[in-house]
Amino acid sequence: MPAAPVVRVSGIRKTYGGTVAVDDVSFEVQPGEIFGLIGPNGAGKTTTMECVEGLRQPDRGRIEVFGLEPTTDATALQTRIGVQLQEAQLQKRVKVWEAVDLWASLYPTTVDGDRLLDRLGLSEKRDAWFMTLSGGQKQRLFIALALINDPELVFLDELTTGLDPQARRAIWDLVRDIRERGKTVFLTTHLMEEAERLCDRVAIIEHGRIIDHDTPAELVARHCPERSVVVATAHDDAAAHFRALPSVDTVTDEDTRLRVHGRGDELVTEVIHCLSRHRMHVTEFRTELPTLEDVFLKLTGHSIRD
Amino acid sequence: MSTLGLHGLWKLTWLEIKIFVREPMGFISAVGIPVLIFVVLGRTLGQRLGEATTQAAVQLRVGLPVFAAVFIAINTVLSLVAIISIYREGGILKRLRATPLAPVTILVTHVLVKLLLTAITVVLMVFAGRRYYPAGADVPVVAFALALLLSTWSILSIGFIIASVVRTARFAPPLGSLVLGIMLPFSGLFPIDLPPSMELASRAMPLTYAVSLLSGIWLGNPWSAHLGDIAALLVVFAVCTLIASRVFRWE
Repeated sequence: MPAAPVVRVSGIRKTYGGTVAVDDVSFEVQPGEIFGLIGPNGAGKTTTMECVEGLRQPDRGRIEVFGLEPTTDATALQTRIGVQLQEAQLQKRVKVWEAVDLWASLYPTTVDGDRLLDRLGLSEKRDAWFMTLSGGQKQRLFIALALINDPELVFLDELTTGLDPQARRAIWDLVRDIRERGKTVFLTTHLMEEAERLCDRVAIIEHGRIIDHDTPAELVARHCPERSVVVATAHDDAAAHFRALPSVDTVTDEDTRLRVHGRGDELVTEVIHCLSRHRMHVTEFRTELPTLEDVFLKLTGHSIRD
Repeated sequence: MSTLGLHGLWKLTWLEIKIFVREPMGFISAVGIPVLIFVVLGRTLGQRLGEATTQAAVQLRVGLPVFAAVFIAINTVLSLVAIISIYREGGILKRLRATPLAPVTILVTHVLVKLLLTAITVVLMVFAGRRYYPAGADVPVVAFALALLLSTWSILSIGFIIASVVRTARFAPPLGSLVLGIMLPFSGLFPIDLPPSMELASRAMPLTYAVSLLSGIWLGNPWSAHLGDIAALLVVFAVCTLIASRVFRWE
């Protein structure tokens, strides 16, 4: 029997004035996984997450976190969750250790603050003012504050937005580390690469509605089975040979290269066997597999960055 | 409030005091300017107080400290309005709210810090004023300070309404100055006779009761003579706090 879900959201709706921010959203987060709510800005990710955190009250629907109702059982819940909010700041002149010390004073059980800073690579910045930290350091401090009470469930909202690729990768390692320690992570992101690399399961949200949810690989297989192999070869009959393969749909000629479009897992194997059977001399070989970005494009008709 | 909540209140208050002191300009303008104005006014006007026999001089003797006190109170309120709007705009309030800290604790912290600021300014003013008010020794300084804290506490609740309704950090302090500035001429702070219609307006201004209380206490009146003022200030606090709690926005 699978363990009970950590978060259970069923049919929530939230409106601001006449605008429907979240509409009939349902999903579950399983213990020990990294679950991602992905979608473009303004899709309703943050509103949904803040309802689950108990910071907002949905107009309709039910939310359970560890079997508790987030807004009414806020006190009981807050000791078991850790929260990092989108675009939050701290006092400009608060020192790193002071923030950690304040947060530690608010919870009945806490982890060692200095060791936590060390783990997040902030030991040297212990006495630095918040305003002097870089974007990546600020986010690492917010992760530290989210972890100070040794929570079972950690919320991370647009954690790496605005960070350079190097800082982003460092943060990803930290998030994986949180999962390795047996905790559940619920994150939002509009970066498909981040979702693909980090999340065990994702839910795609757009215009306040969840379009689909599953593991990234399953979503890609379900919605974007097409894939292509790019081959550069001087062989005269290459295109004809490829067209004869069962998994191939079309072959297009792109100057010196051939792009072999097809679907299914067998495509790449079939192309390789074909190359070897006909002893083709190949100068370039590359596979192009669809990503979550393509899934999003397929499901919504536009790119996530539009 | 649980012990953990009290612990959090103390931690946050102490932290906010440290942060406040780390910003030299803010500290100087909040504490230094009222004291400076008081000293300058005292220096220019104080010499004439020596032969304080005329009606004007008596008024000045009472008026100047009360004027300084009201100035401190207004400064305190504006500083609260500014900090709340900056904290909201920066998402600091929201971040604090996502902890077990009770929302009210966060606000009480700022009131405590601002009242402490008021107390510090009063103490400095008393020391600075000693030179110009040799008679200051007989003045009920402790009672006067208490009256000022009560007045500030009451007017702070108006500040909370202003901080609640104004969205941006840039416009909150000017609006605060405007609201409090409008109350000043009606407050009885200046020795002018108000026409009857204005008299009525004056009764509706919370600042009027603060000025009345402060003047009376400075003159040595007992607290019992000012129960009406105290009641009015408490009503202002209760009503404004109620309104503020309804319209206050965390983000």
